[in-house]
Amino acid sequence: MTSSISPDKPQEEALNQALQRPYQHGFVTDIESESLPPGLDESTIRAISRIKKEPEFLLNWRLAALKRWQGMTLPEWARLQIAPIDLQALSYYSAPKSLKDKPKSLDDVDPKLLETYEKLGVPLHERAKLAGVAVDAVFDSVSVGTTFRQQLADVGVIFCSFSHAVQNHPELVEKYLGSVVPQSDNYYAALNSAVFSDGSFVYIPKGVKCPMELSSYFRINAQGTGQFERTLIIAEEGSEVSYLEGCTAPQRDENQLHAAVVELIAHDDAYIKYSTVQNWYPGDENGVGGIYNFVTKRGLAAGKRSRIAWTQIETGSAITWKYPSCVLRGDDSSGEFYSIAVSNHRQQADTGTKMIHIGKNTTSRIVSKGISAGHAQNSYRGLVRINTGAEGAQNHTQCDSLLIGGHCGAHTFPYVDTARSDAMVEHEATTTRISEERLFYCQQRGIDPEEATSLIVGGFCQAVLEELPMEFALEAKALLAVSLEGAVG
Amino acid sequence: MTTTPVLQVRDLRVEIGERTVLQSVSLDVQPGSLVVLMGANGSGKSTLGMALAGHPSYHVTAGQALLNGKDLVQLPAHERARAGFFLSFQSPPDIPGVKNNLFIRTALNAVRESRDETPLDAFDFLNSAKQGAKELGMPAAMLGRPVNEGFSGGERKRNELLQLTLLQPRVALLDEIDSGLDVDGVRAVVELVQRMRAQGTAFIVVSHYLQMIESLQPDQVLRLDQGRIAESGDLALARSIAETGFARAKA
Repeated sequence: MTSSISPDKPQEEALNQALQRPYQHGFVTDIESESLPPGLDESTIRAISRIKKEPEFLLNWRLAALKRWQGMTLPEWARLQIAPIDLQALSYYSAPKSLKDKPKSLDDVDPKLLETYEKLGVPLHERAKLAGVAVDAVFDSVSVGTTFRQQLADVGVIFCSFSHAVQNHPELVEKYLGSVVPQSDNYYAALNSAVFSDGSFVYIPKGVKCPMELSSYFRINAQGTGQFERTLIIAEEGSEVSYLEGCTAPQRDENQLHAAVVELIAHDDAYIKYSTVQNWYPGDENGVGGIYNFVTKRGLAAGKRSRIAWTQIETGSAITWKYPSCVLRGDDSSGEFYSIAVSNHRQQADTGTKMIHIGKNTTSRIVSKGISAGHAQNSYRGLVRINTGAEGAQNHTQCDSLLIGGHCGAHTFPYVDTARSDAMVEHEATTTRISEERLFYCQQRGIDPEEATSLIVGGFCQAVLEELPMEFALEAKALLAVSLEGAVG
Repeated sequence: MTTTPVLQVRDLRVEIGERTVLQSVSLDVQPGSLVVLMGANGSGKSTLGMALAGHPSYHVTAGQALLNGKDLVQLPAHERARAGFFLSFQSPPDIPGVKNNLFIRTALNAVRESRDETPLDAFDFLNSAKQGAKELGMPAAMLGRPVNEGFSGGERKRNELLQLTLLQPRVALLDEIDSGLDVDGVRAVVELVQRMRAQGTAFIVVSHYLQMIESLQPDQVLRLDQGRIAESGDLALARSIAETGFARAKA
């Protein structure tokens, strides 16, 4: 099910002009960083663990992961063209220097850091309060400050940096770390398990509905560093949480690697909603630079009637390679995946989801909207697996692609693997382009082609945008408009 | 009458692909006046609308179309709309997922901005849109539905009229606005057109529907044939065409 479309004369020239707009978050914060020298071996792992004063179990866990990773080879199955990455040339730890003695509160944080967040529009200070959002901002490898920790603590919610959790809640970390994404899961997950430096940790106790949206903004800053965060969210019986993740990175000529691991665990009747807006630097119009975004995200719907929903807006990165997945182990559990993936210029996106039905009467729903412009390639890759015991399993997949211009491609790879004849698995797929008639109609009413494109794309994505938390939906819409500004002339 | 025409079309020649559809068309339209354009299928009526509006497949290879002295032919499609040219589509397309009120407000504000007027916020817009919808016998709920998606033929036409009344163009070309409309709809067209004419908007109306043409009280009736204006007259011409058809005129 692969389709691409031949060049279209009237719009070609305008298109070419239009597809050139600069990345808006491409500034570098000038603060001194303290980094480990490039390279990766056992001593690197020991150094990371020592700097972070980690307990024994974690050091051993990291060392075991390194061993597994050393025995693995780079995966090559995705429909991606990847320039070789020299993993020995990367530095595996980078902390802004002024944070060496850890800030006690936001007031102690280097104003330049906060300024960076200002530019990114991260509501760390006042805006956080106004929006009622608790933000855990990750700046390179060290978490800068966590707002609202106290208010959350009052209801028993733990929301902190991963490092903080390691120091203060080691029993939870030890119990759940790697329980959804094992070290051996894949090459980059193994690498992350060995070298991860920080990330976010969320624990929602039994019966608690988290009183606010939790939000984490990630940003890759230091040159030549990879970012390997680790996110772990645990929702106890009957609890609920909505977690937002936003990502940007500065503009550099070399490719930077981002290999994160996210693990979610939902117990009986728990609900986890995880939303991502990813706007890493995509590289320039010739495909130079940009982030390699290789992320393993998986949720375990462990309990009965538990529910996990992934929503993602992927507009950045040179290469996006991720499949937020749900393992539906509890009876009557459900998984959802709503995705908008935009690729422009020479970006490549290979993204989708896996829904693994194990429990009885489990349901999953997939809505994927892929948008390609310029010379970009956009692939949806999804797996729906119905195991032998998954009596009454149901899946519905809807997968739509929108092409802008004549040099891009959209591809759909839906895999279905069912061990039961009573499973209901439905798949719908469409590929369309921004039709000249719709564009002309908008123009005839006075709307210029750029705004018309953003309107039409917004409409195309509406079903996914509706799934986003309100304040995020507005941001996502703006981001879509920015990413595709001028994609049609 | 010696007022300056709001629209002056001069020797317009239009090609689609290799085919010349309009050979040479000239016409003057006075502010507030109404011209009825008739002609057999394929005579070039819709082509004139598409070419004036700037559809990318319709290539103007000669001539001019001056709207208040500005040559539309030289402008991109959205600039023509902002200059005050409105085309009501024979079959308006849908735009899935885009709410009608968002679409129309975006259009209206683009036009207002080009006239140095302040943009309308969602609230003010909704009030005037609801008022306009009511006058056209259009349920307000249609403002909240995606543009033309699942609309019947008549609903799409009413939606075109709603945009016409909100955008307040200087010249509007209505391409078979009556097709798909019920009796009330046609009556609404006549009322709207006459009201807008009184405010100075000029109309070119493509139609075969004599009863509506009579109600519109046109200033001029033109018959297009093989890409040229073959005949020019008043209501009598429309009546005679309605009575005997296009074939007789050709002879």
